[in-house]
Amino acid sequence: MEYSGVLVVGEQRGGSVHSVTYELLARGRTLADKLGVSLACVVIGHRLEAFGREIVERGADVVYLVDDSSLEWFIPRRHSAELAALIGQIRPEIVLAAATTAGRTLMPHVAARLGAGLTADCTGLDIDDEERLLLQTRPAIGGNVMATIKTPSARPQMATVRPKSARPLPRDPGRHGEIVVRAAACDDAQSAGERLLEFVRDTSQDVSVQDAEIVVAGGKGLKSRDNFKLVEELAGLLGAAVGATRDVVDLGWVGYPHQIGLSGKTVSPRLYVAIGLSGTIQHLAGMQTSETVVAINKDKDAQIFRVADYGIVGDLFDVVPELIEKIKTAKNARLAGAR
Amino acid sequence: MNLLVLLKQVPGTSNVKMDEKTGTMVRTDHENVINPLDENALAAALELKRSIDGSKVTVLSMGPPPASRALREAIAMGADEAHLLCHRGFAGSDTLATARALALAIEHVAGRRLGPNDLVLCGERATDGETGQVGPMISAMLDIAVATYVRGIEVKQDHVVVERVVEEGFERVRMPLPALVTVVKDINQPGFPTLPGKLAAKAAPVPLLTPDDLGLTRDTAGLTGSPTRVVQVFRPKFARDTVLRRQDSGGAAVGSLVDLLIEKEVI
Ligand SMILES: Cc1cc2nc3c(=O)[nH]c(=O)nc-3n(C[C@H](O)[C@H](O)[C@H](O)COP(=O)(O)OP(=O)(O)OC[C@H]3O[C@@H](n4cnc5c(N)ncnc54)[C@H](O)[C@@H]3O)c2cc1C
Ligand SMILES: Cc1cc2nc3c(=O)[nH]c(=O)nc-3n(C[C@H](O)[C@H](O)[C@H](O)COP(=O)(O)OP(=O)(O)OC[C@H]3O[C@@H](n4cnc5c(N)ncnc54)[C@H](O)[C@@H]3O)c2cc1C
Repeated sequence: MEYSGVLVVGEQRGGSVHSVTYELLARGRTLADKLGVSLACVVIGHRLEAFGREIVERGADVVYLVDDSSLEWFIPRRHSAELAALIGQIRPEIVLAAATTAGRTLMPHVAARLGAGLTADCTGLDIDDEERLLLQTRPAIGGNVMATIKTPSARPQMATVRPKSARPLPRDPGRHGEIVVRAAACDDAQSAGERLLEFVRDTSQDVSVQDAEIVVAGGKGLKSRDNFKLVEELAGLLGAAVGATRDVVDLGWVGYPHQIGLSGKTVSPRLYVAIGLSGTIQHLAGMQTSETVVAINKDKDAQIFRVADYGIVGDLFDVVPELIEKIKTAKNARLAGAR
Repeated sequence: MNLLVLLKQVPGTSNVKMDEKTGTMVRTDHENVINPLDENALAAALELKRSIDGSKVTVLSMGPPPASRALREAIAMGADEAHLLCHRGFAGSDTLATARALALAIEHVAGRRLGPNDLVLCGERATDGETGQVGPMISAMLDIAVATYVRGIEVKQDHVVVERVVEEGFERVRMPLPALVTVVKDINQPGFPTLPGKLAAKAAPVPLLTPDDLGLTRDTAGLTGSPTRVVQVFRPKFARDTVLRRQDSGGAAVGSLVDLLIEKEVI
């Protein structure tokens, strides 16, 4: 049997489908439509029945829910056996998963079992029209280069995809799709000694920069922890999350969960406001897909301006307070107008 | 306990040259270092060696001849034995071919399949390729348990308990031995070479392994044994139609910014 179709590996967390699954479905839909093939999605875990409908509405033609109490927690060998078994059965030409701690463990495990090629952390996926091959583009070497990789003959072509590097499709309640619920296909005797003893939620990590519609990020140009409050104040006013460069995190002005960039988080908000940060390649790697970018920097040659839609060259200690005042005025005017 | 550490030599700076034709990295002799996370993996192994009597730390690397320097450095820090997979036939390996060669070398050096006395340690990722795929791939090939993003290891009777950092916190996971872990920076502070270590490093042999020794052929090793191909390498480019305004005392620049924010419906 020929390899055909696209398979997306969904993720569940804390009893719901993780939004990264819907990002992958958007990617997968584009690829499947270009190839003229169907898009399947698999979620491996426990108590999944309720998940199928939204996955269909977000773009899948077929949903496989591999549901078993032994699969509740991520045990690489066990989940890998199930995914490899499904791939063996449906033989997709392309398999995509998220570049999360789970995806980056599961996918290489499965690729090694199948002898398949796998690319990591892709930010761009496309189809080569002539050869119908998947073109996988990813940053490497500290973000200094981008590499496009393809897998000429081994199948399936596998890739992990950076979270937030694509936007989910809106729900389409009219979409039709098949939902297949099945039990574990593999015997877990071999991995019986492996188990999760404990999961400790670390609340200091609970900063939702990745889910925010607006991010206001500050760099070393703020000069001190105290001044960094300007960034926090502007963020508060816009209902935005606070982002930062690595240097700012290293200085301890904010915690690591706020770090945007190659070794931090990738974000793709509607609006990204960059204040007093230079826009090094490593920082840009984490925010260049933002819809609108605004930058404030005193150096007119700062690289951040090259990715900005709107930039103000000036001293942030003048510009930001002025901006805060004007936003307050505009908000008040709107409130008055509404009354 | 047998502790096997996988060390990759990586360029010390982020200035790496690429061969545009083959899409592989061109390594130069100077300024290569041990991949930073592999130093953490080595330090974790040395710590276990100190606490468990009769332990031995073996380091393995695949790379060109200068990589033997990284292995000697590991001996200087306290490793007991080193082997280098070094041959033109390994050149251009992708992660699958790299993992295949290293998995075979692990069993070759041990002289057997891994057992309840064995633990393999890797870095979570290397700073050049940055895929983080080699560790999990090796574990699948050896059919042993794996834990990634590990920041703590406790060895019990016949199993280990590791702490693994994930998106929303951390997990404590029990795994039987043999197992493979990939470590993150938080696990420890790597140590320094000792004087006796440096002397040992000078004298230590670093035996070379070839594809032949491991039963690998053109179809299973190096570029020709790799399913993926780098087809293009380029500098990232960013282009937007930027409107750049200079700050002004009249407040026009900030004024237009506020207009933009209103237009984008953020205020
Ligand atoms: C720009 C670029 C992009 C690439 N992208 C891909 C890709 O997407 N997919 C792919 O399959 N290949 C890719 N490659 C090839 C890949 O970099 C090489 O196969 C490399 O030898 C291993 O991958 P890594 O550096 O990502 O290692 P990682 O998987 O990040 O390394 C993790 C750990 O494995 C161990 N390890 C890795 N390599 C060695 C070694 N040689 N000797 C000893 N221990 C080692 C170390 O403990 C290390 O910390 C790419 C290469 C380049 C130049
Ligand atoms: C492997 C690797 C991974 C990395 N990962 C990341 C990452 O994930 N995220 C990240 O951000 N960095 C990362 N870095 C670090 C990165 O290279 C830079 O060091 C960092 O992004 C610089 O931070 P910055 O822009 O805050 O500081 P700087 O580059 O020092 O920029 C400060 C800016 O503030 C401006 N400024 C100063 N005073 C004022 C003023 N009064 N008014 C207006 N503007 C002013 C200056 O003109 C300058 O442009 C990484 C580096 C490496 C090697």
